[in-house]
Amino acid sequence: MSPAQPDPGTRRTAWREGLERIADAATTEPGRLRVIGAVLAALLVAFGAVTAWQVTDRSAAADAVIDRSEPLSADAADIYRSLADADTAAAAGFLAGRDEPRTVRQRYEKDIGVASELLVKAAADTGGSSSAREQIARLNQQLPVYTGLVESARAAGRQGLPLGGAYLRYASDRMREDLLPAARALYEAETGRLRSDYADAKSWPWTALATGVVALGALGWAQRRTFLRTNRVFNHGLLAGTAAGAVVLLWLTVGHAVARADLTDSYENGAKSLQVLSEARIASLQARGDESLTLVARGAVLTPAGDDAYEASYRTGMRKLIGGDVTASGEPAPDSLLGRARSLADGSEGRDPVLAAIHDVKQWQQRHGEARTADVGGYYGQALAKVIGEKGSARGSTGESFDQVDTALRRALAHEEDDFRRAAGDGRGAFTGLAAGAAVLAVLGAAGAVLGIGRRLSEYR
Amino acid sequence: MGGRRGTRAGAVVTACVWTLAVAVGAAVLPAARPAGPVARTPAAAPAAAVRAPATCVAPEASLRPSTADGPAVRRIKERGRLIAGVDQNSYRWGYRDPATGELSGFDIDLVHAIAKAVLGDPGKVVFLAIPTNQRIPALEKGKVDIIARTMTINCDRARQVAFSTAYFEAGQQVLAPKASPVTAFDDSLEGKKVCTAKGSTGESELKNESHGASVLTVPNQLDCLVRLQLGQVDAVITDSALAAGQAAQDPSVRLVGKPFTTESYGVAMNLKDEDLVRRVNAVLEDYRRGGEASPWMLAYRKWLAADLQGITAPPEPRYRD
Repeated sequence: MSPAQPDPGTRRTAWREGLERIADAATTEPGRLRVIGAVLAALLVAFGAVTAWQVTDRSAAADAVIDRSEPLSADAADIYRSLADADTAAAAGFLAGRDEPRTVRQRYEKDIGVASELLVKAAADTGGSSSAREQIARLNQQLPVYTGLVESARAAGRQGLPLGGAYLRYASDRMREDLLPAARALYEAETGRLRSDYADAKSWPWTALATGVVALGALGWAQRRTFLRTNRVFNHGLLAGTAAGAVVLLWLTVGHAVARADLTDSYENGAKSLQVLSEARIASLQARGDESLTLVARGAVLTPAGDDAYEASYRTGMRKLIGGDVTASGEPAPDSLLGRARSLADGSEGRDPVLAAIHDVKQWQQRHGEARTADVGGYYGQALAKVIGEKGSARGSTGESFDQVDTALRRALAHEEDDFRRAAGDGRGAFTGLAAGAAVLAVLGAAGAVLGIGRRLSEYR
Repeated sequence: MGGRRGTRAGAVVTACVWTLAVAVGAAVLPAARPAGPVARTPAAAPAAAVRAPATCVAPEASLRPSTADGPAVRRIKERGRLIAGVDQNSYRWGYRDPATGELSGFDIDLVHAIAKAVLGDPGKVVFLAIPTNQRIPALEKGKVDIIARTMTINCDRARQVAFSTAYFEAGQQVLAPKASPVTAFDDSLEGKKVCTAKGSTGESELKNESHGASVLTVPNQLDCLVRLQLGQVDAVITDSALAAGQAAQDPSVRLVGKPFTTESYGVAMNLKDEDLVRRVNAVLEDYRRGGEASPWMLAYRKWLAADLQGITAPPEPRYRD
C-alpha cells in the first residue's frame, strides 16, 4: 500500500458525515427545498446536455449523408458507369475500324480518365472501410491491364487481323469479370455507408426525450407540492423552468420529426431513384456493349445452349432494363429498372426523362431486331450500319437510340440529384440551432427552477 | 471456329486406312472392328470404330462429278444467288477483315469459284456466318446451300449431311513461340501450360495424353493466341489449318512437330442435294487441275503457304460410285 493513499477510516467518516447532513437537511422544509431545487436544476441541465449531444450526433450524420456518403456513393456510381461506358466505347470504336470517329475515341479516353481520377479521390476520401479499400486497390491494379488489352485489340484490328476481335473480347471479359464487379462492390460499400448514415440521422433521440419528460414531470410535481403547501398557484421561477423545458422538448420533437420526414423524402425520392437510375444506365451501357460485341465476335462465342453469347447477354440486359422485348406491348415490366424508375419518379420533371428513356429503349429494341435480322440473314454490312450508323452519321442506328437513352437517363439522374440535395438539405436545416438552443434554454430553465425554489427558501429566513 | 469441330480423328484415320485397303484392291473389309493398322492411333480408334456405322467405309468418298442440273442447282439458279455458310473468324480461311468489312480466305475463294461455275458470276453469293454448332442444322433446314467452313469429314457427320470430295488435309498440331523448348506433341510439353478450344479435338487428344502439360480451355481457338501472347500459356494445340492462321497473325510463333491426327475438310451440303454435290465435285476437279498453276495451288500459296509449308498438291479425290 502506498503512503499517498488516504486512510480509509477517515474517508468513510467524511462520507457518512455528508450523508447524515443530507438526511438532517431532508427532515426540515428548507433542507427539502434545497434538495428539490438541486435535483430540478440537475434534471434540466441534463436534459439540455443530452439533447445537445444527441442532436449534434444526428446533425453530424445528416451532414455525413450530404457531404460525404452521398457524394462518395455518387462517385462510386460514376466509377462504375465510366468503366461500363469505356467498354462500350471501346467496342463501338473497334467495330468502326479504321473509320473510328474521333468522338468515340475521346469518349473512351474521357471515361478512363474520369475513372482513374475518381479512384484516386475515392482512395483519399473513403475512411477506414476495408472492403472499399480492397475494391479500390483491385480497380487500380486491373484498369491498366484492361486499357493495355484494348490497345492491343486496336493495333491488331488496324492491321486487319481477327486477333484484334479476340483481344477485345478478352478485354471485355476482364472488364465484366474483374473491373465491373469490383466497381459494383465499391458502390455497394459506399451506398451501405449512406444507408447507415441515414439511419443514424433519422433515429429518434430517445434518451433526450425521456430525460425531458422526467424533467418536466419533476417540475410539475414540485409545483403541485408548492401549491399544496402554500396555496400559491404560480411560482414564477418554476414556471419559467417548465416553460423552457417544454419549449426544448417540443422543439426537439418537432425538429426531429421534420428532419426525419425530409430525410426520408430525400431517401425515398432521391437516393432510391438515383440508385435505380444509375443501375438502369449501367444496364443500358452493358446492353449496348453486348450489341457491339455480337458484331465483333460474329458467333465466335456461344452459350452452352448454342446461342450467340453476346446476343444472349444483350437480351438479359434488356430484361433487367425494361423486362424483355417490349416493342409489342410497349410497357416496361413493373419490376424492371425503368419500370421502377417510372414509379419512383414524381413530378413531370422527374417523370418526363424516364418516359423518354422508355420510348427510346423501345426504338432501340426495334432497330436492334432489324440489325439482328440483317446479320443472321448474311448482311453483315447492313447490320453494322444499323448498329453504328454509316457515313459518319448515326441516324437511324441503334447507336443513336442508345445515345438518346443515355441522355434521357442522365437528365433523370440530374433531376433526382437536385431533389435529393434539396430534401436532404431541408432535413439537415431542421436541426439548425437545436443543439445550442436546447443547451441555452435548459440552462435558463435550470436557473428559473433554482430561483423559484430560492424564493420559497427565502420565506424561511 | 474449326477448333470445335469435335472430330473423332480416329474415324477419319480409320476410314483412310479402309479406303486405302479398298484402293489397293483388297477384299472389302467387313464393317466390324478394324484390325491391326488402326493401332497407330490407339487412344481414339476404339470409340470411333464403335460409332462408325456399318455403311461408313470412307466418308471422304463422294459422288462422281457431273455438271448436269438437278433440282438443287436449278433452285440456286432460279434464286440467282448461292447461299454459303462460312466462318468469319478463321484467319486465312474465312474471316472478315475488320478494316474493310470484306470476307476473304481459302474457303471464301472456293465459294466464289463454286458461284462462278454455277451462276457464272463469282460475286453472286450470300455469305452467312454460321457458328460451328449450327453447320448441320443450317443445311438440314435449308438455310444455306453449302457450308465451306473448315469442316472435317467424318462418319458421324456423313450420316447427316453430304460432303464433297476432300479439298484440304489438316491435323492437330502444336503452335509455340519460336524460342520455346516445346518441339512437338511430345514430352517437351512436360510441365507446360497448353491452350486449346473447349470441345475441340485438341481437348480430347489432351485428355487422352497430356504429356505432363496442364490444359487451359477457351471458347475459341483464336483466344489461345491471345493467351499465348499474354504469357498465360506456353503452347497452343489446334488443327494445322487454323494454327497457320494464328501463326500468320503473329510472326513470333510457329507450328512445331508434325500433325498428330489427320482431318480432311469437305464442302458440306444437304443429303438430298445430290446434283449439287456432283456439281461441287466437278468444280473441285477443275480447282485441283493444272499442277503448280491450279487454282487450288494459287489459293494455297496466297493464303497458307507462308505458315503451313510443305504442301505440294491438293488431296486426291475419292469417289464411291
